[in-house]
Formats: sequence, structure tokens, C-alpha cells
Amino acid sequence: MTELAELLELWEPVIGLEVHVQLATRSKAFSPAGVVFGAPPNSLVDPTVLGLPGSLPVFNQAALALALKLGVATGSQIRAKSRFARKHYFYPDQPKNYQISQYDEPLCENGHLDVIIGGAVKRIKLTRIHLEEDAGKLTHVGAMSHVDLNRSGVPLVEVVSAPELTSSEEAAEFMRSLHRLVRWLEISEADMEKGQLRCDANVSVRLRGEDRLGTRTELKNINSFRFVQNAIDHEIARQLRLIDGGGRVERETRLWDADAGQSAPMRSKEEANDYRYFPDPDLPVLVVDGPTMGGILRAQPELPAARFQRYQEDIGLSADDARTMIGERALAEYFDATCKAHGMLKSGRTIANWILTELLGALNKAGKGIAESPMPPERLAALVRLVEDGTISGKIGKEVFEEAFAKGEEPGAIVERRGVQQISDEATLAAVVEEVVAASPKQTAEYQGGKDSLFGYFVGQVMKKTQGRANPVITTDLLKKRLGR
Amino acid sequence: MPALTRKEVEEIALLARLHLGEDELARMETELGAILEHFSSIAAVSTEGVAPMTHAVPIECPLRSDDVVTWTDAEQGLAGAPKREGDLIVVPAVIGGGE
Repeated sequence: MTELAELLELWEPVIGLEVHVQLATRSKAFSPAGVVFGAPPNSLVDPTVLGLPGSLPVFNQAALALALKLGVATGSQIRAKSRFARKHYFYPDQPKNYQISQYDEPLCENGHLDVIIGGAVKRIKLTRIHLEEDAGKLTHVGAMSHVDLNRSGVPLVEVVSAPELTSSEEAAEFMRSLHRLVRWLEISEADMEKGQLRCDANVSVRLRGEDRLGTRTELKNINSFRFVQNAIDHEIARQLRLIDGGGRVERETRLWDADAGQSAPMRSKEEANDYRYFPDPDLPVLVVDGPTMGGILRAQPELPAARFQRYQEDIGLSADDARTMIGERALAEYFDATCKAHGMLKSGRTIANWILTELLGALNKAGKGIAESPMPPERLAALVRLVEDGTISGKIGKEVFEEAFAKGEEPGAIVERRGVQQISDEATLAAVVEEVVAASPKQTAEYQGGKDSLFGYFVGQVMKKTQGRANPVITTDLLKKRLGR
Repeated sequence: MPALTRKEVEEIALLARLHLGEDELARMETELGAILEHFSSIAAVSTEGVAPMTHAVPIECPLRSDDVVTWTDAEQGLAGAPKREGDLIVVPAVIGGGE
């Protein structure tokens, strides 16, 4: 049997993702029933959700606005007139036997997602983003299934990527970038454990250099970043082994079983793929007007991928630090606000270090999020300046930080009150050095005799005598001069 | 327009989840064929330069504001379910379908 790595030299995996994202509305897509995760089963229903005769769908304005935000942020072409279609299938998760979706005239087409891979940004084409409603949730219990229709009718966007991802890592990063983006734009909480972001993957392999796509399989139920990667890796290996053994990949839908770490073909339902799409006669053409688009365009914030690049190129953060900083919009905004309050671009890295180590550490300990930080950006900027201009040492700075964080006090006021200003006056420090040397004749002799490791002892003594306030650079200088080495 | 074949009738019946007997299939073949034939007369009309229309009335999709209204008759609505267990509706397990 040929090794997998060898096969991968010959064959290129091609992956396209279809990601469903629940839109963070209060009510459902086509009726005013509420949307609440974890509500008692079947409590969030109404005649439209149940598909009762005489009910009519009316689309939710907020769902449209959220979908448009994503469309704009992904540079998609947005249809001034798009259309809802019925997708027919019989399954107990959808009582009216069709799902309202969009088919040949989706809201958004030809967009792109900027995917952060390592230190770079790779632009992946999005074929389309369309609106649809979620289905109910089925729990299989033996020979029976329990149906909860609370999720039925929740507004979704389905984001469909072009088959441009070439590894499971890229696919997982695509998911992370999309997850980050929808949270950034407050389109969705995108909590994968609550099923607010769900992913299917289309996987195929082709000989490297070949333009045509191979036969693809569709993997369903890969609802965590880790599963995406595992399931795709597993499927690529399965297809390559199959081909290597003289077989052929069949077009099929496979269900990923995360516990077993493998996929199995779903029972093929005859004709199941004939969804008989047609325009929904209950829903006239969906119009997006100029003022709506204008409002969304104006409100668009700087996006995470753009910030990721700016933090590296303009501020000089490492890729890892830049990625951490854009992990949450509130954190990136805190960083930007601190840099702005500080005023010096070249201090960006120092500020980032303070945020990523001291601030995040303290917040973590206090069980708080960045939005609840008791240390406003202006105060952190002031503290960084106190350290930079030598008023206090870095070590004292950390103590002042802790106190400012705990008590909500201005760093400058803490420094004044505690009298912890750094001593940088040479004459004052020279006197301390003199005292230390005079009190340590043995150490002085040993050091002068070649025992270099004793230098730290002298620095320590000076720090002790000054309660850690001695300027370490000047102290080192003075000690070297005084000790003659 | 060719008449409907028996196989097509069977496929349509399957999609609609209808179990049709031999005599019903034969009857549908004739009846559906006649309906299709009737509609095929539309194909004779020239539609060149006419945009496809999906609604008879040219209106825009009305939108509702995102307000929650709790349905007070939920119990009545769910009463139509053939089988229930507490708040849940119970159906025979159909694994592997759906979206």
C-alpha cells in the first residue's frame, strides 16, 4: 500500500464548505415566534412555524439587515431583487414539508472571505450567501424520534465557498475566520455547541495540475473546528486509499461520527435530491433599496483580517499576537484605543505586551471580559508612558498596574501616593552604590578577583536599599565603574 | 408534448409520498398527461423579451419588525400531533434524512 504522504504528492485535495449561520434576531424569520436557546420544547411555535393552513410568512427586517452586513463585509454582489424559493422534502423537522430558502436568485453572490492562515491572509471566493429558515431538531430515541420545533423557522444564512481550500487546515481556518467575522459584526453568537454555526464539507481529490474537479462526497455534521479538520483528513485519506486500491469515489453524502472518528454513508433516499425548488408564491420579490445599503456600508467597522494585517505591518506585532488581538472585536478596539490615547505608533508592541500579558491575565483571574475591564485604555496608556519615560521601572509598573486594576485608580496618582518613582539621579544612586560597596568588602574582593556571577548581588543590594526604585541601567553603569570591571 | 410515461408517474408519486395501486397509476398516467398537454398550449405563446414572472401582482416582499409575539394557542396547535411525550412530538425514527 502506498503511503498517504506519497499519494498526497500526486493528488490534491479540493474542499468547499457550506456553513449555516443562525442570525441573531429576537423573532423567527417569517413569523413573530421568539428565538431563545434552551426554551422548553415546542414553546416557540406559532401557526406559521407549524405550517398550519391559512398562515402566511412575513420576512423579518432584522434578518435581512444582518445578512446584508455579511454580504457587504464579504464584498459580495448584492441583488437589489432576490427571491425566496421552496425546497421540498419530507422530514418531521419541517412540518410544512418544505423549507423556505433561496435558489436561483440568492441575496449575495461572488463575495470572498479573507482567511487567516499562519501570518498571511488568503482570499477564498464565496459562491453565494443565501437566506433560509432553520429546521426543527430531532432526537432519535430507539425506534422513535422526538421533535422539537423551537429551532424551526430561525433565520439562517448559508455561506457557500468555492472549492478553493486545499487542506483540512485551510478548511478549519476558513471556519475560524468566518466564525470571527460573524461575531465581529454581531450577526450571530455563532456558538457551535448551540448549533448556531454548522458546517458541511464537499471533499474531492484530483491529480495535481488537473483543472477538472474529481467526484466529491459531502460530509455532514462537522460542527466543531476540530471535527472539520478530523473529518476532512479522514475523508481525503479514504478517497486516496480507494483510488490507490483501484476503486472509484462515489458521489454520496456521508455522516461524520465524531465519537467513532469516522464517516459512514447516509442511507440513500431514492430521489431525495429532487427538491423541486420553485419560487415561493407566499413571498414576493425581496427588494434591497439604496438607503438600506447605504446605512450598512457606512456602519461597517474595520474587519478582522484588515486589522490582522495592519497590526503586523504598521505596529510590528508578531502574527500570533496579531491573531490573539483580533480574537474579539472588543479586544482589538481596546488595543486601538490604548494606542490612540498613547499617541506613539512605535509603542504599539509595548502596549500589546501589556494587554496580552498583564491585562488579559488580570481579567482572566477576575473572570471578566475585556468589555468589563476596570482599566480603561487611557489609564493603561498613561501607565505605559510612565514606564517608558523612566518615571517608574517596569517592575514597579506591574505593581502599579495591579493596584490600578484592583482599585480603579489613575496610575500617576498611585505612583505619587506610593512614592515609587524611579531614581535616575546619578548622584543619589552613586551614594547608594558607595554604601553597598563599603558594606560588602568580601564580595567586592571576590568580584574583582574574577567572580562575575557576583554582579547580580550588587544590583540586588542597590535595589533593596531603594525599594526597587533604582534605575537599573544607571545602577549597572555606576556599579561597573565603581567596581572597576 | 410527449405523454407522461408510467415511470414518470411512479417517480412523481414517490416524491409526493403517495402509494398508488396499478389502476391508480394507469388513471394518473392518462389524467396527468392530459393536464400537461393542456398546459403545453402555453408553450405556443411567444415570450421573447418578456421577463419571467413569479407573482401575478408586482409587489415587494413586505417586512416585519423583529418583535416577538408569543402565541397563546400553542397547545392547541400541537394538539394535532399524532403522538406526544410531554412537550415533544414523537414520530417514527427516520434516520439520515433532513437538512
